[in-house]
Amino acid sequence: MQWETVIGLEVHVQLTTAAKIFSGASTAFGAAPNTQACAVDLALPGVLPVLNKGAVERAIRFGLAIGARLNRINVFARKNYFYPDLPKGYQISQYELPIVEAGSLPIQVGEQTKTIRITRAHLEEDAGKSLHEDFHGMTGIDLNRAGTPLLEIVSEPDMRSAQEAVAYARALHTLVTWIGICDGNMQEGSFRVDANVSVRPKGSEAFGTRREIKNLNSFRFLEQAIEYEARWQIGELEDGRAIHQATVLFDPDTGETRMMRSKEEAHDYRYFPDPDLLPVKLDEDWIEAIRAELPELPQQKQARYQAELALSAYDAATLTASRATAEYFEAVLAALSPSPSPEGRGGAAKLAANWVMGDLAAALNREGLDIAQSRITPGRLAGLLRRIDDGTLSSKLAKEVFAALWAGEGDADTIIAARGLKQMSDAGELERIVDEVLAANPKSVEEYRAGKDKAFNALVGQVMKATRGRANPQQVNALLKQRLGG
Amino acid sequence: MSLTLEDIRRIAHLARIRIDADEAARYQSQLNEIFHLIEQMQAVDTAGIEPMAHARDVYQRLREDVVTETNRREAFQAVAPQVEDGLYLVPKVIE
Repeated sequence: MQWETVIGLEVHVQLTTAAKIFSGASTAFGAAPNTQACAVDLALPGVLPVLNKGAVERAIRFGLAIGARLNRINVFARKNYFYPDLPKGYQISQYELPIVEAGSLPIQVGEQTKTIRITRAHLEEDAGKSLHEDFHGMTGIDLNRAGTPLLEIVSEPDMRSAQEAVAYARALHTLVTWIGICDGNMQEGSFRVDANVSVRPKGSEAFGTRREIKNLNSFRFLEQAIEYEARWQIGELEDGRAIHQATVLFDPDTGETRMMRSKEEAHDYRYFPDPDLLPVKLDEDWIEAIRAELPELPQQKQARYQAELALSAYDAATLTASRATAEYFEAVLAALSPSPSPEGRGGAAKLAANWVMGDLAAALNREGLDIAQSRITPGRLAGLLRRIDDGTLSSKLAKEVFAALWAGEGDADTIIAARGLKQMSDAGELERIVDEVLAANPKSVEEYRAGKDKAFNALVGQVMKATRGRANPQQVNALLKQRLGG
Repeated sequence: MSLTLEDIRRIAHLARIRIDADEAARYQSQLNEIFHLIEQMQAVDTAGIEPMAHARDVYQRLREDVVTETNRREAFQAVAPQVEDGLYLVPKVIE
């Protein structure tokens, strides 16, 4: 039987506020235990929550960025459960009336574009941390993280493969960092993914029973966990066993998922509106002010790169993988403007795109640098591209200049002059070298005349060697053909 | 709607409250009286009326995003039953 995997994701995004969502304690990462846990975070008697405007503002920004409905009146609710890292005995979250509902996000899988619907996004507070190791059989509790603002973003079950799920998670990660509501640091838990996975016979409308994989903190683990889980579920069903709803954990060491708790004695969270917090009202002026400050979004840039710059969907998606990459690319284009290319702006854009996604990305990767830390400024890269475009540099020489730019030897023109790298444009000089090469290689000439094409390539190689790669290969080809009698 | 004794025991369990058989029976009748009251209120036709969150027409006040709290760990931990390395210690919890 052919099976289809169905995936929905719940992503917890930690918001970039300075203070916590309901208290004035700091959210900075890495402080000594409990030094950022105030009376409100500790749930001491008599304390009351007061909502942080910055958290609400970030949720609005997100809602606008995914074209969602913003609930002008939204309500905080208590989600009741007992755990030592949750001192109040309930988490303040949103239930019936979340701040954001019904948005969508386009994703790119290869050259395919697909839209993933986002059911809702709601504000809530994070819990503290339990440390289970070695406290004489006791558990240590650090409440620094308690009360950190989170936006939980819930998708519809619209993804059909681990690759689509990863593409969605990446697109969401790009978006939340792009609009500055999250620092995106997955190691520090700023972006945590839960995946709901089920399988069904291909063509079937009804959903299978799902299992939820909790707390995936890398895109690679997300992909591995979904693939393992889907295979496991298919195996169970093919062996005639039923799938039971459950929460599972992914073990990166074994690459397997294992059951954490069965949902049968499921948590009954007994949600109810939090009487300590009044409904939140979003005013139109505030929403419009936030809308006016939104930057051009990745999906808008992608559409513009395709329409105005004639780039492929793949190139457009790659260049907008982060705001820093898009800004770098646009700075290169701006420095190239007015476009020197005979093909106009599109030609310059394709050239710039190829170098940003190719040699520059490779160099950054090699040294583990972010594009914002690039050793080559956009202006200097543009200087190199201009010399490729006007024929001064062959592609081989361009790579040499790029390496020298990376090593900090100055701008492209300085490097070209210092190393004598100019592509040979003097036709007379090239003719002289071609004649010398022909005279010195009578055997190749004879072989070529006898019909061996390989011999021609050998002659081209000899000319390039004699010019130290400075000759234009097309020109060499043409000249050789002419000299050899066509 | 009326609650069974089983419902009462489940609610008590979820709230981590230990109750004996007599208490369960007493709470069952008390809670059912409350449910009866709710039923009476639900019988009122409220079509077209906005749900009310507060007696006055007010909404949540928002606080500026600034850190106002300083580190008072010592004072807070002075009244905690057990602490170590800055952590609050609690009986071991295992998932």
